[in-house]
Amino acid sequence: MSDPTVPDPTVPEPTGSVGFDELYQLNVNGETRDVRDAWVGESLLYVLRERLGLMGSKGACEQGECGSCSVMVDGELVCSCLVMAASAIDQPIVTIEGVAPIGSPSDVQQAFVDAGAVQCGFCTPGLIMATHALLERSAEPSEFEIREELSGNVCRCTGYGRIIEAVQRVSVSRRADAESGIAS
Amino acid sequence: MPVLVPTSLDQAVSMLSATPDALVLAGGTDAMVEVNAGHRKPHHVLVVNRVAELRSWTFDPEASTVRIGSAVTYAELMEPPIADLVPALAEASRTVGSPQIRHAGTLGGNLGTCSPAGDGLPVLAALDAIVHLASATGERSMPIGEFMVGVKRNARRPDELITAVTVPVVSGYQGYSKVGVRNAMVIALATACIVVDTPGRTVRLAIGSVGTTIIRCTDAEAFAASAVDFDSGTASGDTVTRFGELAAAASRPIDDHRATADYRRHAIGVMAGRLLRRGFANV
Amino acid sequence: MSILSGVRRHDGRLGDSITRPDGTAKVQGSFMFSGDLEAEHCLWGATLRSPHPHARIISIDLSAAWKISGVEAIITAEDVPGQLTYGLISQDQPVFASEVVRYVGEPIAAVAADHPETCRRALQAIVVVYEVLEPLTDPERALDGSHPPIHPDGNLIRHQRIVSGDITATGDVVVEGTYVIGMQDQAFLGLEAALAMPGPGGAGVDLYVATQWLHEDQKQIAACLGLAPEQVRLTLGGVGGAFGAREDISLQVHTCLLALRTGRPVRIQYSREESFLGHVHRHPATIWMRHHATADGHIVKIEARMVFDGGAYASTSSAVLINGVTHTQGPYKCANALVDGYAVRTNNLPCGAMRGFGVVQACFAHEGQMDRLAAACGLDPVEIRLRNAMETGDKLITGQPILNVAPVARCIRETAALPLPDEPVGGHDHDPMRLPGGAGRTADRRHIRRGIGFAVSIKNLMYSEGFDDYATARCRLADGVATLKFATAEVGQGFITIAGQIARSVLGVDDVLLDPIDTDVGSAGSTSASRQTWMSGGAVNAVCMKVRGLMFDSLAAIYGVDASTLSIEGRDIVDATGVFRITVVDATAGLSFDETVEFRHAPTEDLDENGQGNCHTAFAFVAHRAVVDVDPELGLVKVIQVATAQDVGRALNPLSVIGQIEGGIAQGLGLAVMEEIIMSNGRVRNPSFTDYLLPTFLDMPDVVISLIEEPDPIAPLGAKGVGEPPTVSSTPAIVAAIRDAIGKHIDRVPVRPIDIIG
Repeated sequence: MSDPTVPDPTVPEPTGSVGFDELYQLNVNGETRDVRDAWVGESLLYVLRERLGLMGSKGACEQGECGSCSVMVDGELVCSCLVMAASAIDQPIVTIEGVAPIGSPSDVQQAFVDAGAVQCGFCTPGLIMATHALLERSAEPSEFEIREELSGNVCRCTGYGRIIEAVQRVSVSRRADAESGIAS
Repeated sequence: MPVLVPTSLDQAVSMLSATPDALVLAGGTDAMVEVNAGHRKPHHVLVVNRVAELRSWTFDPEASTVRIGSAVTYAELMEPPIADLVPALAEASRTVGSPQIRHAGTLGGNLGTCSPAGDGLPVLAALDAIVHLASATGERSMPIGEFMVGVKRNARRPDELITAVTVPVVSGYQGYSKVGVRNAMVIALATACIVVDTPGRTVRLAIGSVGTTIIRCTDAEAFAASAVDFDSGTASGDTVTRFGELAAAASRPIDDHRATADYRRHAIGVMAGRLLRRGFANV
Repeated sequence: MSILSGVRRHDGRLGDSITRPDGTAKVQGSFMFSGDLEAEHCLWGATLRSPHPHARIISIDLSAAWKISGVEAIITAEDVPGQLTYGLISQDQPVFASEVVRYVGEPIAAVAADHPETCRRALQAIVVVYEVLEPLTDPERALDGSHPPIHPDGNLIRHQRIVSGDITATGDVVVEGTYVIGMQDQAFLGLEAALAMPGPGGAGVDLYVATQWLHEDQKQIAACLGLAPEQVRLTLGGVGGAFGAREDISLQVHTCLLALRTGRPVRIQYSREESFLGHVHRHPATIWMRHHATADGHIVKIEARMVFDGGAYASTSSAVLINGVTHTQGPYKCANALVDGYAVRTNNLPCGAMRGFGVVQACFAHEGQMDRLAAACGLDPVEIRLRNAMETGDKLITGQPILNVAPVARCIRETAALPLPDEPVGGHDHDPMRLPGGAGRTADRRHIRRGIGFAVSIKNLMYSEGFDDYATARCRLADGVATLKFATAEVGQGFITIAGQIARSVLGVDDVLLDPIDTDVGSAGSTSASRQTWMSGGAVNAVCMKVRGLMFDSLAAIYGVDASTLSIEGRDIVDATGVFRITVVDATAGLSFDETVEFRHAPTEDLDENGQGNCHTAFAFVAHRAVVDVDPELGLVKVIQVATAQDVGRALNPLSVIGQIEGGIAQGLGLAVMEEIIMSNGRVRNPSFTDYLLPTFLDMPDVVISLIEEPDPIAPLGAKGVGEPPTVSSTPAIVAAIRDAIGKHIDRVPVRPIDIIG
């Protein structure tokens, strides 16, 4: 979310070969993972995908303008393309792979499928992360709140209507679950 | 280890003094854009957003000031009680990027990047904020107007960290406006922040994205101080119009692919007038 | 109990809103997009691009790049073993520029290395010496001959005239306008990406790629590689959206060449900036139109001149142009016309297919004209459109009769009858973010004016001008399970969902398996032109019918029933008497039927020199009504609602149709108020998502939809393509609403703040 068209006058010209000499650990989805032979400038998105094999987080802009790479770092929803991977040591990281086991989708994931919120699906993992974060913070968001809280996640296929529908379905269903839990 | 993650300010400044070429990384939302694009190839990185002293803000009721640590995020600035103490900063924070950006991006990062389009900067300028810097050799503070030097240039020395800003809690209307051509997640074409100090009988106006750095509209401010009625909280239509014209005249915009200079100047005039109107009812 | 269990249970037949078969994988992040594909010992590839819009290449020095540790291959035009150029219609675009570069971003070399950062540094180390030439960036200069040819094929890609009826006819009322459409980008989210693997023992190459048309890619790649098509095997990598941008090849040949050169798998993944430079865009166009009408608003004659800027290479410009000129009249009766259309070559970015394909440009102009005409005749915008609405049997200005269902008047009436938004300016909660300007809090409610606009469109479906347009599908039915095989690119639109629905409906099975989408079966044609439901759907339907016939024949042989009396009822096969009944599972136990079918639509013709001919296959219609709030002083817009009634023929999967409609409208909204690739002197000023703005959740309004289902007898399943129409007339509806709010003409899109305040 910086202005890429204004060069920073202090930046030196890069030259020569890349130094692949970083070694550090990341805590991803509850596991400690070694990152070896890394270049210091690698983003968390790159490391998750290319070094840890977690391909669920997607990159579409490299600038924090699309939200496809959204993950949770230290409990906050962030764009993993704008997190320097080596700076995230000692912080719990949750990716789309950590949301629910393969084959057992979370309620949010299932609602996205059922409501028709998925077309090409490229934005979807980021939106799933953002929706879980939203509903953690606000269990019954208004439509407008949904729009604002998900506004960092761009979808090019759906026009957003079915996504809002999916989020609302989860909200209603969680409330129904809670109420029936109280009743019983 | 080329990535340094200090947790105390002492650690941070001593690490920086040892590696003054380090890229100081707060939320990363500006710096990583440049790294991803290949415009910046860091060798050493100093990560400051886990330095405890930088992570919090404090209210001093005696001085009626708020000291905001440089690693406080925009998301945090949007929440009460600080949002009630410095409402314009909360409004500006809500316009920053997206929720993801606001969770990571920090006020210190805004100062460090020092882009004229930085959303927090007009607020700091209108509040006459004091910027605090620290290095291994000591601390210093300076007014925001001296800190901001030019496009993406500021007065920070390579061995210094931006530690905090201090802003006054002002009694009176304050508000922020930003023009962009999208309803969310957009870089400013023009911004304006008004701060009305009712007891002090002053109106302050700072504008952004219309010059090499944030501009204080001193002519408009002087005019408003004499033309508005602080006691009744009113201003005439003519006063609002003139205030807008003086604000527009203070802008120094350029043409670029986002907007023309003429549009930016026009937008400053409109926003300034509307902000003044929000602070002062029509007579 | 979950609310979701309240949804009606579906058995997955036609007409059911069943969910996508790839949905669970996509929401869990396990779906493999082309950029997610890896292989052992895989290298990264990257492309060196021209920084100049027009220059002669004097020399290319690779020596410094070769010295960088980790670099495994560097290739240029000299390393292209086969045909040096490629292209969808004419092969005029070099794989790598060798003598001249003709646009900013044109590929010059490619490298393969161990890491993306190594690639980046290698590219920076390649020294190219250019002699910079004056770029041709004004399409009019391409036409008037004042700039020397920038390509051996010349600066005019195509001219087409349409002369219809009496061109001397005049009307009581004459209105004219010049309309400008900016360059829109498809901006799919899944960036161009491919993985190429050298075949075992050097036998050709396997390419996994996100594309819209595997077989066309295969043909072009093989020609450039100097290989037989069967030596280039393509498999569809997961496609993160397409919208036309993947119809032309981009990185395909480069990736294959690097893999063949290194003998190792190679991945290329474009950055967003590269993606903006590396694929074709929607043509910017300037369209002048003059409408003559009777005093009561009936169109008498239309005159038009259209100039489409094709950019540096032809791509599909000639077909886009034909779509533009043949849709001049819109969905309105018109007997007399004189139209001249030009597609020209410039040193701007190459343009080609994008959702709406030439019709978007024409529609923006004809709908602006209809509003001018309404004003001149003192008629309501809805009324003037109703008076001129086309019907089945009417002729286009090309002389082609509309044989389709053409419920234009119904689209207009039903759209106009949809409820308007009930919320006042600023909403009931007065959240300032609801006003134009959003979080920027630029306006208060009193600054805002609301406007309503209307637009209607006609969009051709399938390919035109005599193209041999076909789709192939294979079906195997065994033990109650149908397995479908086709090369239809699933780009997100949902063909794989309805393919299963077709098979279930025709065959009475529950279980449908989909084979990988690759070149091991015949071509399905492109996923474009709103054609796959009709074409690949037609092919799947036809092959399933054929297999069903074989199944009925086998039952006839075994049970002595008359095959011609058999039909499918749910999961059973029954005869006309109802006496014979057997489940499909039982009927196919131990048996296997396997058929392949090529499906074609009725042939089309070329246009003659006067633009006459039955060049199109079929048409769909739609109306849009937009409600917008405008801040006239700052020129900011917020779209509050879009209502639409769309002629869909038959909704095979209503949920999927709604998704296409809402998504298409979002792209139309983008073109209306924010999306434009800004070029100056051949350079792109905004190749990033920071500056090329896509509509967000806060920009996209509620959409109110009415599906008009009049099954089209011409369509194999009664269903019309639904993907493009939402994009075509949503843009002019929104612009009309802005005009309505501020009371002045705006004749260019996207509408910028200065256009509103100026």
